[in-house]
Amino acid sequence: MTNTRASVQPVDIEADANYRIDVSKADTAVLYRITKMAFRYKTRMTVGICATIIAAAFQLCIPQYLGQAVDQARGLLTEVAVEGGMRQLAEEALLSTGLLLLAAAVGRGLFTMIQNYQGEAVGQLIGYRLRLDYYRKLQQLSFSWHDRVHSGDLMTRGILDIEGLRHWVDTGILRMILLTFLIGGGAVILILNDLELGLTALSFVPIVALRSSIARLKLRDAWMALQDQMSHLTKVMEENLGGIRVVRAFAAQTYEMSRFDKSSGKALAIAIRRVRLFVHSTTQMSFVYFLAMVATLWVGGEKVLAGAVTLGQLTETLTFMLILRMPVRQIGWMINSIARASTCGGRLFNVLDLRPSVANAPSAKPLETRDGVVRFENVDFRYPTWVDDERTLSNITFEARPGKMIGIVGPPGAGKTTIAQLLGRYYDVSDGRITIDGQDIREITLGSLRDVVSIVQQEPFLFTASLNHNVAYGAPWAARPDIEHSAQTAQLHNYIQELPESYDTLVGERGVSLSGGQRQRLSIARAILPDAKVIVFDDSTASVDAATERQIRKALDEFVADRSVIIVAHRLTSLMHADEILFLEGGKIVERGSHEQLMATDTRYRQLYELQSRASSENVA
Amino acid sequence: MSIQSADNSQPSGKRRPIPLAVVGSQTSQDEVIFGRAFDKWVITRFLCHLAPYKLRISIGVFAVLVYTLTQLSIPLIVRATIDNSLVNSISNREMLHNFISLFFAIVVVNYIANHFMETIVGRTAQDLLFNLRRAMYSHLQHVSLSFMDKTEVGRLMSRLQGDVYALQEFLESSIFAVGDIVLLIGIVFVLLWLDPTLGALTLSVVPILFLMRIIWLPLARRAFLAAREASSATNGALAENVHGIRAIQELVRENINFELFEKKAKTNLLAHLRASKFSNIIIPMVDTLTGGAMAIVIVVGGAMVLDKSINIGVMVAFLFYVQRFFDPIRSLTLQYSTMQRAMASGQRIFEVTDVNVDVKDQIDAEDPKEIDGSIAFRNVTFGYEENHPILKNISFNVRPGETVALVGPTGSGKTSTTSLVHRFYDTWEGEVLVGGSNVRNVTQASLGRHIAMVLQEPFLFSVSIEENIRYAKTDATFEDIVTAAKAVGAHNFIMRLEDGYGTQLDQRGINLSFGQRQLISFARALVADAKILVLDEATASVDSYTELEIQRALARLLKGRTALVIAHRLATIRGADRIIVLQDGHIIEQDDHNGLMAKDGLYAQLYRMNYASFDDIPKDEIQRVLKSKNANT
Repeated sequence: MTNTRASVQPVDIEADANYRIDVSKADTAVLYRITKMAFRYKTRMTVGICATIIAAAFQLCIPQYLGQAVDQARGLLTEVAVEGGMRQLAEEALLSTGLLLLAAAVGRGLFTMIQNYQGEAVGQLIGYRLRLDYYRKLQQLSFSWHDRVHSGDLMTRGILDIEGLRHWVDTGILRMILLTFLIGGGAVILILNDLELGLTALSFVPIVALRSSIARLKLRDAWMALQDQMSHLTKVMEENLGGIRVVRAFAAQTYEMSRFDKSSGKALAIAIRRVRLFVHSTTQMSFVYFLAMVATLWVGGEKVLAGAVTLGQLTETLTFMLILRMPVRQIGWMINSIARASTCGGRLFNVLDLRPSVANAPSAKPLETRDGVVRFENVDFRYPTWVDDERTLSNITFEARPGKMIGIVGPPGAGKTTIAQLLGRYYDVSDGRITIDGQDIREITLGSLRDVVSIVQQEPFLFTASLNHNVAYGAPWAARPDIEHSAQTAQLHNYIQELPESYDTLVGERGVSLSGGQRQRLSIARAILPDAKVIVFDDSTASVDAATERQIRKALDEFVADRSVIIVAHRLTSLMHADEILFLEGGKIVERGSHEQLMATDTRYRQLYELQSRASSENVA
Repeated sequence: MSIQSADNSQPSGKRRPIPLAVVGSQTSQDEVIFGRAFDKWVITRFLCHLAPYKLRISIGVFAVLVYTLTQLSIPLIVRATIDNSLVNSISNREMLHNFISLFFAIVVVNYIANHFMETIVGRTAQDLLFNLRRAMYSHLQHVSLSFMDKTEVGRLMSRLQGDVYALQEFLESSIFAVGDIVLLIGIVFVLLWLDPTLGALTLSVVPILFLMRIIWLPLARRAFLAAREASSATNGALAENVHGIRAIQELVRENINFELFEKKAKTNLLAHLRASKFSNIIIPMVDTLTGGAMAIVIVVGGAMVLDKSINIGVMVAFLFYVQRFFDPIRSLTLQYSTMQRAMASGQRIFEVTDVNVDVKDQIDAEDPKEIDGSIAFRNVTFGYEENHPILKNISFNVRPGETVALVGPTGSGKTSTTSLVHRFYDTWEGEVLVGGSNVRNVTQASLGRHIAMVLQEPFLFSVSIEENIRYAKTDATFEDIVTAAKAVGAHNFIMRLEDGYGTQLDQRGINLSFGQRQLISFARALVADAKILVLDEATASVDSYTELEIQRALARLLKGRTALVIAHRLATIRGADRIIVLQDGHIIEQDDHNGLMAKDGLYAQLYRMNYASFDDIPKDEIQRVLKSKNANT
């Protein structure tokens, strides 16, 4: 609870597991934020906007030229009859109009290209930025957060949500500007041309605007619901495929299909609702647009008959409307894409805005190591109250230094692993302090701390890379002999050498799969390769058989001589040689001492020892 | 592959050597040939999936036709209005009103048709997508485990989600292109019908477009392909960051990984920018041609108007059509990359649905209600790769109610043996009998009912504890569940949880300890109430307290059942009625513990060496034991 909760950004451990956002509030804020991100690329946006305006201008020229051409041709009909010599002149006029039209079209094309390209470039740049930020944020967020979030959900955010947001920047922002200019510019021209006719032609604009803003809100809700349901479906499928042996073992295919159908059916219903909303709004917008065209022809026709406007003016108005045909259709797409962007953006920003609960203090300095003396001084620890975890530690005091190995043992839930995690500062202590060579670990940088403290994991993660890479994961600059030496110490070298490609063998789907014991040995090799002063073995030989463990311990002897070592284990043979053994129960140290001391009296430790040796004495029998 | 520095620590000099580090998988995810925008095979398969919607599609097609006709007729109406009621100086108001009414009627029809068209297309697209996903998923429930063993879940997920999503994008944006294409053809006809000469002249720009496409296409295709590959590499690296986050934080790989990821993301960015250049270059080309076509209409058409060979209305109509004509061409070209991606996705989707199902129920498979619980292997030979058998001519019997422990070093064939009992795979030779009948002659569902399995890694689903225990038997009552949980000793810790049996588990149940998960999986097997129990004991030993609980639970579980146990724990091995020692696919010894010890064979020797389990014994150790044994005899 060391974090002040005053900050605006929520802390990761507080965040609710679903990270739902407050829909009503977040929407405009999210869109504003996306737009602001886009305008950070000033040059590109300026070029893009200029290109958009020029393209719109060219676009607006086209109907004018067309109207001009119609009037020219029409005027000729009468005049040619009167005066034969006018024909050549008329043809020249038509030719120049034609050429102007061609030029306008070429200009429109070129500037539309620039507009589109700049839009996409900004979209891609934002996508790139967000991808990096997201990657970084995931690296910083605490374990407790990662524990609660489904990996499938994180992937959806990192792939689909970034895409959804980028897509809107790509096509949405500049196109909206284009549309505004087209309608605005066109409105001016049309109204100057003829007020009544112009207003009639533009009568669809307010209705479309109203309709689209209603649709946007509804669509956003639908997208939100759909995204959530799809996350659920992903979870169902991922678990089924990951646990396919369980499914097969219980012949539960029917049950699994019903689970899938339930989730998928819900998603489909939402998807169809979304399609319906979308179709309703787009078709209605088209309808209104065409109605406006009917009205224009009517009003215009009357006016032509009355001689108030020329036929050319009417053609111009109609052509202008025609140019808006595509944008009107695109408004539909655009609101769909806005709705999606605000949903995706909301989901994404929820993660990006989280403040890691464990972070460098502003004044953090790199750790200065001398011997690597680890000291727990009256350490208390409680998980924050909003985390559903009752494991606590109270008043933990001990010291580990080179030549003094600490063993920690106790029943499950006693807080053994928590001690290891506190030392690596994956959580912060609630009270007391932990020091390394006299420096409080909260006052040093996380990176330098974790460089010095190496934790050997019980269930190591294997990366899809060669064994070489996997062993050197924490020390990528390690030399081959060092890598081999670590593997040798962990009793893994012989196995690796037997493989056809030795250290270059791939691990994972297309390579070898390692047994539980081999994984743990890899984990040991990985942890001892970087030159860490403090090593914590967190139940890291549980799957390794006793004989191999003995060999590992022998090989490690020399290695641990000048390092501080803490061994957490439930198998006493793994830690009975420690200089001091702490027996942990209910978060407290209830007994401490060397193996001999603890065995001398009737201790919990001795009970456990007897419990465990019963099995091995049977073994010898 | 291995580039090392001479230094162990991170060098600080100017020449920083390349670290031994990568992010994401280094092999390309898209192994299929990628690039065709129109794949006949994929299209045919699609059409098969569309078959159930025949009626809907016919209505849709009808709506498309009506919609297109109305679209086409709008400029004609405008033309007729101008020619008949406005041009001739004779005021013709009545005519104008008639035309306006007609126009209005057409607009209404257009709206209705448009609505039907889009609703039907949109709905069918969604139905199709969900059905494709379902087809894949349900197929995966039946494909043989040897396929599932080889394939990463992530890659299947990318097909179930990513590829379906790519198709959705395609259907959403491109299916309306069908209407556009019909419109395009319609326009060509109308232009030629209005005036063949002017029409032909106007359309003369179209071949130029095709010519340009021929040059553009191969270049663009390469750019699109590169962009897609860069995307999938970036996403792969992201996936690694999500799944391996603990290792990354613990080994302080954040900075190196971030740098590497940044490079990948940058490559991705550049590839996409390049692809974007290619897709946008087409815009000015099409626009120039549009301008050219309009200029032709004005110059040539205008001259024709002067000659009075066409009406001015025809010229206006031409100008209308020319503009409508190029819009769809432009959008079709822009959608090229979406189409290409959709084809590739379609191909990958159908690859999944085409995976061969080699373990299938026979048509006349029996579905016995009760069996006696015996198991028999008769001369079984089996392996996963050709010419590389794992089990070699294995025969043994398990009597009803007997507990048989399988022991042997890694790779000796224990897991294969248990998998064959459940018919996860079919044998190469010989037969496996369960309850007296060949497993090939009974339904897989009946095997599932009569055999309960507990796997080494207790896999739980992220639903409530109650649902997890009920898993195998959907009709189990809550009482059954509590009884089972009590029997295996899980009840107490479950009740200590805030929501008791209703507690929702996190992904894979990581909010419970390993031992607790194992107990729940025992309860799950107990509820299944099967005659035969197949058990793969976990090697990752749990703490001594939980181990006691588990041993107790196990005793309860084995009572009255036939059990085939891959045994690691001494207590289990010693308690078994019979121990089968497997080595290199052969049964080398079988008897109970005392019998085997008396025989002083491999089992006895290894047993005395005090290994916790036989799994981790190094190969050379076994060879040594076997050799010394041979030397003795």
